[in-house]
Amino acid sequence: MDALIPSAELSYLAEIRLLKERIRSMRQALLEMTNSVGVHLGSSLSCLEIIATLYFLKMRHTPYRSDWKDRDRFILSKGHAAPALYVVLAEAGYFPREELKTIRRCDSRLQGHPDLRTPGVDAPSGSLGQGLSIGIGMALAARMRGSRSKTYVLMGDGECDEGQVWEAVMTAAHLRLTNLILIIDRNGWQLDGRTEEIKKMIPLQAKLTSFGWQAYTTNGHDIEKILEALDFADHAELPTAIIARTKKGNGISFLEDTNQGHKLRLSEEQYLAALKELDEG
Amino acid sequence: MRRVFGETLLRLGGEKDEVVVLTGDVAEPTHTHGFAERYPDRFFNVGICEQDMIDIAAGLALGGRIPVVAVFAPFLMRAWEQIRSTVARSNLPVKMVGTHSGLSSAEEGCSHQSLEDVAVMRVLPNVAVVVPGDRQEVAEATEAIISAGGPVYLRLGRDSAPKFLEGEGVFKLGRAVTLADGHDMTIFSNGIMTAEVLSAVGRSKVSAKVVHVPTVKPLDRAAVVAAARETGTVVCVEEHSVIGGLGGAVAEVLSEEYPLHITRIGIQDTFCESGPYASLLEKHGLTSERIGVALKEVQARAKARERERKRERKRERKRERGMETVTEAETERRDTKTDTKADEDVKEERSR
Repeated sequence: MDALIPSAELSYLAEIRLLKERIRSMRQALLEMTNSVGVHLGSSLSCLEIIATLYFLKMRHTPYRSDWKDRDRFILSKGHAAPALYVVLAEAGYFPREELKTIRRCDSRLQGHPDLRTPGVDAPSGSLGQGLSIGIGMALAARMRGSRSKTYVLMGDGECDEGQVWEAVMTAAHLRLTNLILIIDRNGWQLDGRTEEIKKMIPLQAKLTSFGWQAYTTNGHDIEKILEALDFADHAELPTAIIARTKKGNGISFLEDTNQGHKLRLSEEQYLAALKELDEG
Repeated sequence: MRRVFGETLLRLGGEKDEVVVLTGDVAEPTHTHGFAERYPDRFFNVGICEQDMIDIAAGLALGGRIPVVAVFAPFLMRAWEQIRSTVARSNLPVKMVGTHSGLSSAEEGCSHQSLEDVAVMRVLPNVAVVVPGDRQEVAEATEAIISAGGPVYLRLGRDSAPKFLEGEGVFKLGRAVTLADGHDMTIFSNGIMTAEVLSAVGRSKVSAKVVHVPTVKPLDRAAVVAAARETGTVVCVEEHSVIGGLGGAVAEVLSEEYPLHITRIGIQDTFCESGPYASLLEKHGLTSERIGVALKEVQARAKARERERKRERKRERKRERGMETVTEAETERRDTKTDTKADEDVKEERSR
C-alpha cells in the first residue's frame, strides 16, 4: 500500500512522525526544567506543539546565522510560556540543551520571560499584549525591504483582555499585513480562572473577522492541523489569525485543562508520575 | 521648535534610508507631514494608539530600521510601560519625540501639558533624555539622536524657538555648555528656559554662571560639579516639575559629589490650568522677570548664609580664645559660687 503514496507525501509523513518524537523529548526537557525551579508549566505545555511545528516544519531560520535578515521571525507574546520556546530553541541548536537547567538563575541567558540575550529570541516579551504590535513593526520592515520574511506571533487567549491587542488588530488589518500571522493559544484559562468567567471573549473568531482578518480555528495539539492552517496563511490576502484550541497542561493527565499548572514547581512525586506518563505515552 | 524639527527630519529622510517616521493622528501638529508627503513609504500614521505605536516602532527597530515616533509629549507617557518593557529593556534605537511639552499647550489645559515627562523617561535605563532650547540646537539634536545608538527621548516645545547659541556645532549629546560667567551662583537650565535665564541674569545684575544642559541624561557630571565648585550656590530652572527633572538630576549628582544649597525653579508639584502660554509661565515664575526676582532672592539668601557663617566662625574663635584664659583659680571660684547657691536654696526650702 505504501508504494502507492507519492514520495513527497511519504517524506511529509516521516517529518511529522519525527517531530512527534522530538516533541515528546522536548516535553521531557520541559519537565526537567520544572523540577528545579517554578515555571509556567501549564501554559508552556499548551503551546509546545505550535512552537515546535513553526520552528521545525514551517519557519525559515537557522541557528548558524541567527541575525539572517530574511529569516522568518517568531514572537512569543505570551512570554510566560518561555520554557516552551527555550526547549524548542535548544532542540533547534541555538544553544546547548544543558543550558536549559539554568533558567531563572542569576547570570543565565535564559530569563524568566523572553529576552534578547537568549540566542534565537527575536523579541522581548513578558508584559502582555505587546507582541502583535512588535510583529506589525517587523512585518512592515520586511515588506519595505521586499523580503519574503514572515512574522509569527503567539498570543494567549487571556492576553486578549489587553486593549493594545485590539489596537494592533486594527492596525494590521488597515496595513493589510499578509506577512503577519497571529496564533492564539486558546486554552481557556488565565491566571485567576476561566477566560470566559473573567472577561467574556466569545465569539473570538467573529471578532477577528469583523476587524478585517481572516481567521481559522484548529486543534492546537495536532501538528498536521496546525500546519494546514499555517499553509493557508501563506496565500492570504489579509492578515491571518489561527485560533488554536489547546489544553492547558497538555500531556500530563493531572494537569490537563486545570489551572493548577499555571505556575508551579512539581513535587518529586508529581515529577516522577509525569515522567512515567510520558514514557508510556 | 516643531517646525525646525520637521524640516530637519525631512532633510535626514533624504540622507538616511533607514529612517522611518510614525505618528498617532498628529502628523500636522508634530510637523511630520512634510516627511509624509515626501516619503509616503516610510511614514506610518497608525491612528490614535500610542501603546501600539511604540511597540510597532520597536518591531521596526528589530527589523533594522531607525523609527522616529512623533507625538504630543503628554500622550507619549501613556506608552511608558511599552517604552520600559520593550524599547528601553532591549536598548532599541527608537527615537521618541514629544512635542507640545511643558506648558506650551497652554490653553488646552493640564491634560495636554507635560510636566513629568523628563522624570519618567530619565528613570529608564538606556534612555537618553534631550531637552534643547535653541533653534539651531533643535536641528542638530534631531540629527544627533538619529545617529545615536539606543533609545532617546527628545523633548520639544510648541512654537517658540529662541536663538541664544552662537554658530554651528552647538549640540553634542551629553555635553553641557557654559553661556555666561559669574561668581555668585551657577544656573543650570534647559529648553527655552535658558533664553529666559540669560535675560533674567542681565536684568537682575546678579553675577551668575549660566550653564545650558540640553542633555539631562546622560548628565554632564563633570561640568555640573566643576561649575558648582567654582561658584557655590546652584539654581536650576526648567519648564517641568521640580521633582525628577533637571533640578532633580543636578541635585542627585551634587549631593554625592559636592553638597551645597540648590534652588529648583520649575512647576511646584502641582497641575496647572488653561491660559495663554505667557501668562502661565508668568504665574509659575518662569518668565525672565520672575526668574530675575528669584535670582536676587537666592543671592540675598546666599549672602545672609555667608554672613551667618562668618559670625559663627567669629564666635567659635572667641570661644577658643576664652577657653585659654580661664585659669584654675577661676574654675574654683565658679564652683564655690554654685555651691553657695545650692546651700542657699536648701536653706530657703527648710525655712518654708
